[in-house]
Amino acid sequence: MLKLENISVEVGNKKLLHNINLHIKKGTTHILLGPNGSGKSTLLKTIIGMPKFKITTGSIYFNGIDITDKTLDERARMGIGLMFQNPPAVKGVTLEDLCEAIKNKDHKTPTLSYARALNLTNHIDRNVNDGFSGGEVKRSEVMQIKCQEPKLVLLDEPESGVDLDNIELIGKVIHSIIQSHKAKKEGRSGIIVTHVGYILKYLSATEGHIMTNGRLILHGDPKVLFNDIKKHGFMKKGKRL
Amino acid sequence: MKNPSQKNVIERAKTALEKKATYASDIDLSIFNFPEYSEEEQNIEDFPPEIQNIFRATGMEIDEKKRSASFIMVNHSIVYEKINQTFNGQLEIMGISDAIKKYPEILEKYLWKLISPDKDKYTAWAALHECEGYFIRVFKDQKISRPIQSCLLTKDNLAVQNVHNIIVMEEGSSAHIISGCTVHPNVKEGLHLGMTEMYLGEDSNLTFTMIHNWADEFAVRPRTVVDVGKSARFINNYVLTKPAKSIQSYPSILLSGDNSNASSNSIIYGLGDSEIDIGTYIELIGKDSKGEIISRSVAKDNSVVNARGHLHARTNNSFAHLDCRGILMSDDATMYSVPELTATKAPKARLSHEAAIGPIADEEIEYLMSRGLTKDKAISMITNGFLDVKLLELPEQLESYIKKMIEATTEESL
Ligand SMILES: Nc1ncnc2c1ncn2[C@@H]1O[C@H](COP(=O)(O)OP(=O)(O)OP(=O)(O)O)[C@@H](O)[C@H]1O
Ligand SMILES: [Mg+2]
Repeated sequence: MLKLENISVEVGNKKLLHNINLHIKKGTTHILLGPNGSGKSTLLKTIIGMPKFKITTGSIYFNGIDITDKTLDERARMGIGLMFQNPPAVKGVTLEDLCEAIKNKDHKTPTLSYARALNLTNHIDRNVNDGFSGGEVKRSEVMQIKCQEPKLVLLDEPESGVDLDNIELIGKVIHSIIQSHKAKKEGRSGIIVTHVGYILKYLSATEGHIMTNGRLILHGDPKVLFNDIKKHGFMKKGKRL
Repeated sequence: MKNPSQKNVIERAKTALEKKATYASDIDLSIFNFPEYSEEEQNIEDFPPEIQNIFRATGMEIDEKKRSASFIMVNHSIVYEKINQTFNGQLEIMGISDAIKKYPEILEKYLWKLISPDKDKYTAWAALHECEGYFIRVFKDQKISRPIQSCLLTKDNLAVQNVHNIIVMEEGSSAHIISGCTVHPNVKEGLHLGMTEMYLGEDSNLTFTMIHNWADEFAVRPRTVVDVGKSARFINNYVLTKPAKSIQSYPSILLSGDNSNASSNSIIYGLGDSEIDIGTYIELIGKDSKGEIISRSVAKDNSVVNARGHLHARTNNSFAHLDCRGILMSDDATMYSVPELTATKAPKARLSHEAAIGPIADEEIEYLMSRGLTKDKAISMITNGFLDVKLLELPEQLESYIKKMIEATTEESL
C-alpha cells in the first residue's frame, strides 16, 4: 500500500529525516516508537504531504503510484488520512460543517451518529478544535478521520492526554476504521505513533519500528519492541539509541 | 414629492452645497438626472421574475408569508405598500410624502431633526431636491414578530435616487426592518442618496438590517442618524456582497436614553474596483448606555476597504467595545482599519477596541486540505466562516439566506 524509498526530509535547512525505507502492506497495522523529537510526526506529515516538509531524496509510492510530487489534498483524496498530534483550531468553521465537507457523496452515515459515538454532540456546532480540551481535540480528529475513511490511516499519538473512558471510545472508532470486518476486507492499513501503547488494547499491530534522530533503526515484532522499551527505555546495550 | 424641507433647513443646506464629505472620493453631482415619476403601482407578484430575483437578493420575500409589511419604491415612485392583515393596527408604513400630508407635524418633529442638512454636499443636495422614501411607525407596545421588508430600486441609468426615510418606534414597541437597496440590471452608473432618521422611544427595540446590491459604477452616500431612547435597544446590520464604485456610510447612533444599548455589525466584501468606506459612530450619552461595533471585511481584487468605528463616551459607567477584523486576499487590495475611542468628561466610562488585519493562516488551510478539501474549498470555508452571519442575530431564515449569499460571492470570486 505504501512504500518509502530512501526518503530524506528537511525543513528550512534543517535535515529532519534521513534515508527512510518503509513498506506498509495492505491490511497491516504498524506502530512507530521513538523518543521525543526523533521525527515520528515529521514522518507522518511527510507521508501525507504537508508542504513545509521538503523531500530531498527518495520517492513515496501509494498503491503503486509515485506520489512524491502530489499535493497534500491530492494524497488525502487518494486515501491517506492523518490524525494530527497537535492540530490547529479553525475559527469560523464548525466541526459539523467540516465533517460534511470531508465526507464523499457516497458516505451516507450522518455526522451526528459519529458525534454520538465519540461523545461530541455538544461540540459539532463549535469551531473546529477552538477551545477544545486535549481529549476533545483527539476525539475531533478521530471523528474527521472517520468521515474521511482513508485507506491508510496515520495516527499520531491518538491516546495521549486522553482519559481511560475516552481511550475506549477512541479505540473502538479507530478499530472500526482500520480493523473492522469491512476495513479488513478493503485491506486498510495504519501507522500508529504511540508512547504508552494503550491504544493497542483495541487494535492488533503487525509490525513495529523504532526511530531515533530521524532514522528508522529497528524493525520487529511490535510486542517485543514495546516491552523492550518499557524495560530499558530507548537504550540498548548501555548505549542510547 | 416636492422638496419638503422647511425654510431653515433650506437655508442651512445652501451653505453646504460645495462642502466635500470627510471621507471617500468626491462625487460630481451634476452628472446625474432626476428620473420622472412614471412608475405605476404594481403588485409584488406581478413584477417580472428577473426583478423579483433582484428583490430577493436584498432579503425580500415575494410571497410575504414571513413578513409583516412590505414597501417597494422604484426611482421615486412608491409602487407597492402593504401590511399583512395580522399586523393591522400595529404599525403603519407609507411613503414619506403621504405621511407628511397625513401628519404635517412630521416636518417639525422628525424631518432633518437628526441629520444636519449642512453636514456635507450630499445632505445639502438631498435637502434641496425632491425626495421620496418610507415612513414607518410601530405603535406603542406593539411587538411586530415578523420582519418589515422594504426595497428601494433605482431603475434608470445615470439617475439619482434621493431617499428620505423616517422610522418611529413608539414606547415599548419592537420590530425588525429589512431595508434593501438595489439597482435594475440596466443601471451601470448612478447615485443613491439615502437619508434615514430613526427615533427609538423608551423600551423599544429595533433591528435594522441593510442588504445592498449595487452596480460596478454606482455610488452610494447614505446618511443615517438614530436616536435611542431610555432602555431602548438598536441593532444595525449592514451586509454588502457585491461590487460598487464607491460607498461611503458612517451612521451615527446616539444613545441618548439611560440604559440604552446599540450594536452595529457589518459584513463587507470588497470586490472589483470598489471603494468602500464604512463605519459606525456610537455616542454614549445616557446613563449606563452600552455600545458595540463589530465589523468583518474581506478585500479582494483592486478593492479599497476602510472600516471605521468610533465610540464616544459622554457619561460615566457607559461601556462600549469595538471589534474590527479584516482579511486582505489580493496583492492589489487595500484595507484601512480605523478604531477610535473618545471619552469626554466621563472618567468612569470603559471603552475598548481590537482591530486586526491579517491573512488566513496557512496552517489552517493545510489542515483542511489534509482532509481532502481542495485549497479553494479550504479558503472559501474559512472566509465564509470569518464573515460570520451569526453576529447579526437574525431570524433563522434570513440568516441562512445571507449565509448563502456570502457563500455564492466567495464561490464566484475565487
Ligand atoms: N517546522 C519545523 N521547523 C523546525 N524544526 C522542526 C519543525 N518540525 C519539526 N521540527 C523538529 O524536528 C524534530 C522532530 O520533530 P517531530 O515532531 O517529528 O518529533 P516526534 O518524534 O514526533 O516527537 P514527539 O514524541 O515529541 O511528538 C524535532 O527536533 C523538532 O523540533
Ligand atoms: Mg510527534
